[in-house]
Amino acid sequence: MTPRLRSWLLMLPGIGWLTVFMIVPCLIVFFYSFFERGIYGGIDYIFGFQNFARAAEPVYRTIFLDSARIAAEATVIAVVLAYPAAYAISLAPKARQTRYLLLVMLPFWSNYLIRTYAWIVLLNREGLINRSLRGVGAIEEPLPLLYNEFAVVTGLVYNYLPFVILAIYASIQRMDPALREASEDLGAPAWRTFLRVTLPLTLPGVAAGAVFVFVLSIGNFITPDLLGGGRLQMMGNLIYDQFLSARDWPFGAALSLVLIVIMMLLLFAQAVAVNRAQLEGRRGDA
Amino acid sequence: MPDLSRLLRGHLILVYFFLYAPILVLMGLSFNKGGMPTAWTGFSTDWYGELLESPEIISSALNTLVVATVSTLIATALGVALAFGVEQRRRSSGLDALLFAPMIIPDIVLAIALLSFYTLLSFSLGLVSIILSHVVFNIAFVCAIVRTRLRHFDHSVVEASIDLGAGAFTTFRRVTLPMIWPGVLAGALLAFTLSVDEFIIAFFTAGPGESSTTLPMRIYAMIRFGVTPEINAMATIVMLFSFTLVLLSQRVSKGAVTGQ
Repeated sequence: MTPRLRSWLLMLPGIGWLTVFMIVPCLIVFFYSFFERGIYGGIDYIFGFQNFARAAEPVYRTIFLDSARIAAEATVIAVVLAYPAAYAISLAPKARQTRYLLLVMLPFWSNYLIRTYAWIVLLNREGLINRSLRGVGAIEEPLPLLYNEFAVVTGLVYNYLPFVILAIYASIQRMDPALREASEDLGAPAWRTFLRVTLPLTLPGVAAGAVFVFVLSIGNFITPDLLGGGRLQMMGNLIYDQFLSARDWPFGAALSLVLIVIMMLLLFAQAVAVNRAQLEGRRGDA
Repeated sequence: MPDLSRLLRGHLILVYFFLYAPILVLMGLSFNKGGMPTAWTGFSTDWYGELLESPEIISSALNTLVVATVSTLIATALGVALAFGVEQRRRSSGLDALLFAPMIIPDIVLAIALLSFYTLLSFSLGLVSIILSHVVFNIAFVCAIVRTRLRHFDHSVVEASIDLGAGAFTTFRRVTLPMIWPGVLAGALLAFTLSVDEFIIAFFTAGPGESSTTLPMRIYAMIRFGVTPEINAMATIVMLFSFTLVLLSQRVSKGAVTGQ
């Protein structure tokens, strides 16, 4: 058996599975997005762009923009919290870094629903935070912490922060410490070394983490549903409704396609940014 | 000027507090006799007893174990073979994208895509369709973890075994497999954890009826109903179960969990 044939045979079952259960279903969604909803909730195979035209209507545009704003807020807060945390881990003694990182990632691998539910317990009117604040006399009336944008953003940051820390930590690790030392030896103050050397070199990690939070937030459905109390609709909820309540599958498919296109554009922009950063780094070496 | 590294360390401690305080509060409340977060009325494990007496929770927990076990076994077999095949070839960005896609694609999109697929084929929805769907993202995770392991793999040992006259199968069983075993086990443990906790795809591909309800689907229904002490007890069990599996995974293959 040639190595080439052997490699193909080994990959065949896995690639076959992903083709049948991921690529084909996604292609079906792609085609559905150009069809029409039937009278009884089925699909009429009439080709057209009506679903995309509908997605651009003001009602839905508002939901897109709201989702994008909420996702952007979560992304910025997550990055701002994650960067110093990742930096602190990278400064720790080598032997302890993995343990610190494991402690960051442990919640990330656990149940998303429960991690979100924990915030209902903390934020509700009779929840721990309102109780404590009233207990010490800081407030008279309970604060409206739950079922609003604040709660949704908090939930998103909480759930995705570990991954952002991991991504930024990885890029700090990849950085050549000699560059930082060189900058310091040449007399640059610490803040300038950070702004001119460390930050640009770790930007790929920041970008990777940011794209991840943004994409998963904008397509999220659990967090707005549980912490937004149904008052806040995001793209994920909209898609959910089209499939399970409105039964307009073609429109839901079109919305999913829009989501995937946004995701691919962001991933592409991130790849371009990383390439450019590396190119500039190389030019700097010469 | 304050000591910067001390400030950073302080920030890291606050981040840990942010990450763990909500979980610890839940766990604490699950032992509260009165059950409500309003006042501590004494230690009790009554709420755990209540859970075990609920036939719905027991049956959905069993469903979850079946789904997670079967999908992990399939995904591990396919994912390990895939990792070997991929690592024997030149790097291809198309292939990398295909293997990366199940990890990054929003759950809701994969969920509706699979629902459309099964409906189009008139494939009846139930535990089988959940299992087939869970294999998709589990393959990707197992494959990624085994690939990192294979990259540190010393191929000269395999060549030595073949030079010494061992057949391809014996070499695989006696040399290759023991060397990559920690990666395989770590990948399988993480796949199992992901499957146990997965909600959206299961929710869309379970079909109507109680018989294929998984534990996360049950938890979701309970949460929407409101905050109850039973959920706190269940949350504690589920979280501790995940934590144990993830820590075990990190133990058998260092770096599996932290992506190193």
